[in-house]
Amino acid sequence: MTTTTDTPAIAATGLRKSYGDKTVLDGIDLHVPEGTVFALLGPNGAGKTTAVKILSTLITADAGAIRVAGHDPAADADAVRAAIGVTGQFSAVDNLITGEENMRLMADLHHLPRGEGRRVTAELLARFDLTDAAGRPAATYSGGMRRRLDIAMTLVGSPRIIFLDEPTTGLDPRSRHNMWQIIRELLTDGVTVFLTTQYLEEADELADGIAVLHGGRIAAHGTAAELKRLVPGGHVRLRFEDPGAYERAAGALRETVRDDQALTLQIPSDGTQRELRAILDWLDAADVHADTLTVHTPDLDDVFFALTAVPEKSENFDKSEETVR
Amino acid sequence: MSTLSLAVRDSSTMLRRNLLHARRYPSMTLNLLLTPVMLLLLFVYVFGDTMSAGLAGGTPDRDVYIAYVVPGLLLMTIGSTTIGTAVSVATDMTEGIVARFRTMAIHRGSVIIGHVLGSVLQCIASVVFVGAIAVAIGFRSTDATALEWLAAFGLLVLFALALTWLAVGMGLVSPNAEGASNNAMPLILLPLLSSAFVPLDAMPGWFRPVAEYQPFTPAIETLRGLLLGTEIGHDGWLAVAWCVGLVVLGYLWSKATFNRDPR
Repeated sequence: MTTTTDTPAIAATGLRKSYGDKTVLDGIDLHVPEGTVFALLGPNGAGKTTAVKILSTLITADAGAIRVAGHDPAADADAVRAAIGVTGQFSAVDNLITGEENMRLMADLHHLPRGEGRRVTAELLARFDLTDAAGRPAATYSGGMRRRLDIAMTLVGSPRIIFLDEPTTGLDPRSRHNMWQIIRELLTDGVTVFLTTQYLEEADELADGIAVLHGGRIAAHGTAAELKRLVPGGHVRLRFEDPGAYERAAGALRETVRDDQALTLQIPSDGTQRELRAILDWLDAADVHADTLTVHTPDLDDVFFALTAVPEKSENFDKSEETVR
Repeated sequence: MSTLSLAVRDSSTMLRRNLLHARRYPSMTLNLLLTPVMLLLLFVYVFGDTMSAGLAGGTPDRDVYIAYVVPGLLLMTIGSTTIGTAVSVATDMTEGIVARFRTMAIHRGSVIIGHVLGSVLQCIASVVFVGAIAVAIGFRSTDATALEWLAAFGLLVLFALALTWLAVGMGLVSPNAEGASNNAMPLILLPLLSSAFVPLDAMPGWFRPVAEYQPFTPAIETLRGLLLGTEIGHDGWLAVAWCVGLVVLGYLWSKATFNRDPR
């Protein structure tokens, strides 16, 4: 490994790929520091899988400068391959053989000595809670088990960079949370994780850096917090039972958004403790007594819908509000 | 690790994987063996008397026809087994595991080489199986020397290698198992249009050259000559040329197809 802390695990500029006249990636830039989790977020068909395929040497880009673990995937594919592990969108396990045989296959392909291969296999099967199922064909595994086996196989060669293409798509909530835990544990080993997801919650939970891919371009990138700052929408909401109290409050407070139907007032706020305390002091000073007070901070859904807006944008905004209420 | 030792090591790992598949799921291999075995029994016991009357100048003698038909059926067994190869290659390519192999620092061709070696071994096992049935129902070689047996074995292996590379190419270009099985159909149909069941001089004039120069006929005539002492003539060279040609063609085709970006 030639990478140091200065060189990013993954760097790409002007990445392009098209199939026929359909442009899938229209010049995207990616930058993933070593030891971090990076989430490529986007709706179906945004080009996430294509990006992973290019970075993991599976297909070649039409244009762009790419460095993965310090090497160019096009010129020195084997050097990249030696540093990465890939778990594709569709499980990359051999369904016809058992879980243990799958693991041993990986150990053999990484040229581990027999004893070492046995040890690593047993260790990883135990870590991913697959010891009991080790002797069964992978075809009989549940979706969550197959994903765990998939990642266990990826870890056999101790890769420094791991690509996870939609690691939780199709998993039930418990399996999804298990997978998140697994990904967090990978980080403690100093591994860099590049994951794609269509779930904003997942990117928010796991990722240090997020890029929103839309229509073959990066619509926005940054930390979850930075992205949330891109959209307005943080506010404190006051709801009143009594129309009289509502009218009094609306008269006493300025800078509010009124909703006369629902008897609610919205006060812009970033949701920090300091601002909240200021608002509460202000309400007390104005002698306003709301029946309920809720804090709404913009979540990634707001960002996502704002950035990947399609004509029915306003409807989507309403939906994101629903989920918060 | 040098390129060669990497190739040997990774290919033998892939071979082990393919043999594990074959051992775990023998049903396809056994199904494919059904055709040559059925044809053997059909032609010997149902058509045997009638066919042999045409061969031996009027006198029906089933044993004469057993001797005549077995070499062709042994080669047909190879054709039939390699259909399974095309199917398993096509199935493999649709699985995520091959995408994983492509992103690993392993010998690039080992996936394919593993299939080829596995297929040749399966062909040999199948030929031994059908050959044992043939011997059980009365097939005997006439005065074949040890060298001729060796040459016969060599021919069968070379022929298996040739059809295997072709089948691998067919498997790689097929989108799925069904497609592969259709594309590989000629491998089992071609022996029907050869000298496997009737001699060439019993065929109409326009059709004879077709039957005579397709890959199966020279191989059948050569095997017949080695095991039964009939005239080999130019068929020996023709058979070897066909095999080498198909190996080279199938290899280049498979390599080019496998190295293309997957969809």
